Amino acid sequence: MIWQIELIILMIVIVLAIGALAVKDLLSAAVLFGAYSFMMCLLWAIMGAVDVAFTEASVGAGVSTVLFVAAVFRTSRRTKD
Amino acid sequence: MKSIGAILTVFLGGLLIYCSMDFPPWGDPDSPANSHVSPYYIEHTLEDTSVPNIVTSVLADYRGYDTMFETIVIFTAGIACIFLLRMFKTVEPETRLYRHLPTGITLRIAKGGKFPDDSDHFKRIDSDWVPHDLILQTTCRMIIPFIQIFALYVIAHGHHSPGGGFQGGVIFGASIILFAIAFDLRSAIKRMGERLTAFLCALGVFIYAGVGLVCMLYGNNFLDYSALADIMGVDPISARSHGILMVEVGVGIVVMAVMVVLYYNLASAGKQDEGL
Amino acid sequence: MDELLTILIARINYWVYIILMMIGMYGIIVKKNLMKKIIGMSILQTAVILFYVSIGAKKNATIPIIEHGHDTGHATAVQAAHFINPLPHVLMLTAIVVAVATLGVALALAIKIYKQYNTLEEDELIEILKE
Repeated sequence: MIWQIELIILMIVIVLAIGALAVKDLLSAAVLFGAYSFMMCLLWAIMGAVDVAFTEASVGAGVSTVLFVAAVFRTSRRTKD
Repeated sequence: MKSIGAILTVFLGGLLIYCSMDFPPWGDPDSPANSHVSPYYIEHTLEDTSVPNIVTSVLADYRGYDTMFETIVIFTAGIACIFLLRMFKTVEPETRLYRHLPTGITLRIAKGGKFPDDSDHFKRIDSDWVPHDLILQTTCRMIIPFIQIFALYVIAHGHHSPGGGFQGGVIFGASIILFAIAFDLRSAIKRMGERLTAFLCALGVFIYAGVGLVCMLYGNNFLDYSALADIMGVDPISARSHGILMVEVGVGIVVMAVMVVLYYNLASAGKQDEGL
Repeated sequence: MDELLTILIARINYWVYIILMMIGMYGIIVKKNLMKKIIGMSILQTAVILFYVSIGAKKNATIPIIEHGHDTGHATAVQAAHFINPLPHVLMLTAIVVAVATLGVALALAIKIYKQYNTLEEDELIEILKE
């Protein structure tokens, strides 16, 4: 494994995690969380955990983002913090 | 509140970073986690089960109990979602919207008016504005069979490549969710109804536990698939490989059904008439 | 300089996981919106999963799938040092799928609360419950 690529992806993951918590629009938060999950999937593929990466790509980046968007659609999109 | 939370978080993080000095270096082959239990799995999986993918063999054979109860947790989550959200008393909305398909005109019919039947001419649409997108619907209609074939491949080929029941089940469920998003929730429910999904949830757990019980009836331990050798007419090692496949099919059915149940109930807030 | 770099490479992964855990915990404790709390919970969950998976990593080892297993597998001995530890992968694979199922239940609870009280903010909920 190449540690430079891993370091770059780790930085992106931290930025996306902070962004998902900091943004004031819940729909944007859901989409940022999907991007965070996908970066996490890349990280696991680099570490050699192919099964876990496959699961995260289908579950975390796919279905859980859809569930978040559905829940935001049924509740409110705005938040105070 | 904000400062207390920040102090607590930083304190916990500092404690963890202090503890991380005692960890073995990252990627150390001789660390305690890598040198006690797992070498047995890596070295014996081929002679025990003849499955090249070690993750699959550990998941469904060596740690079969673990996976069985994980499946039951997923099943319970699906049932809990139905109990929390599902509203069985249908409250008719004030107005309904219909689209006249040949001309594309949207009709708004107030309560007391005569609702047209769903036919080639009229189609009910959601109360939020939904455009009639022919490109999206045709693309989804073409792509969904391939997604489903890929899901079945992932379940069946989990012995030799990354994949298995969990991933394949999620991909199959995602294809149905894609259908429900591209068309609407009602046409998805018409094809895969609530009764069917609830039945499939239970059927998957039943397959998993049933395979274990059949092994028990033949005199072996629960989930010891080598007992299936007599039924299938193969040697015990191949029987374990086939037993893993049967269990994975059960897991795939549960996961697929639970994903669809979660989406139906969350997207419609339990009413199951108007979706995303 | 080289020694410092090796120490940094050996430890920096763990520090990043701890930072992710801290972000998730901060989200759970401080954020008032229930949806934000659920996102923070998911981040904390993935950080723990990442930590577990990285425990099983080995240098100079390949993915845990034995090549050409069916044809020649019984003849050649398999060396444990050549394959990444599969045990954390198995445990975390099931944990991810269970995480999405529990996420569904959490979102269902949030929708139920919104239907009842018409808000998702924690302080407004406490105000309503006090009355």
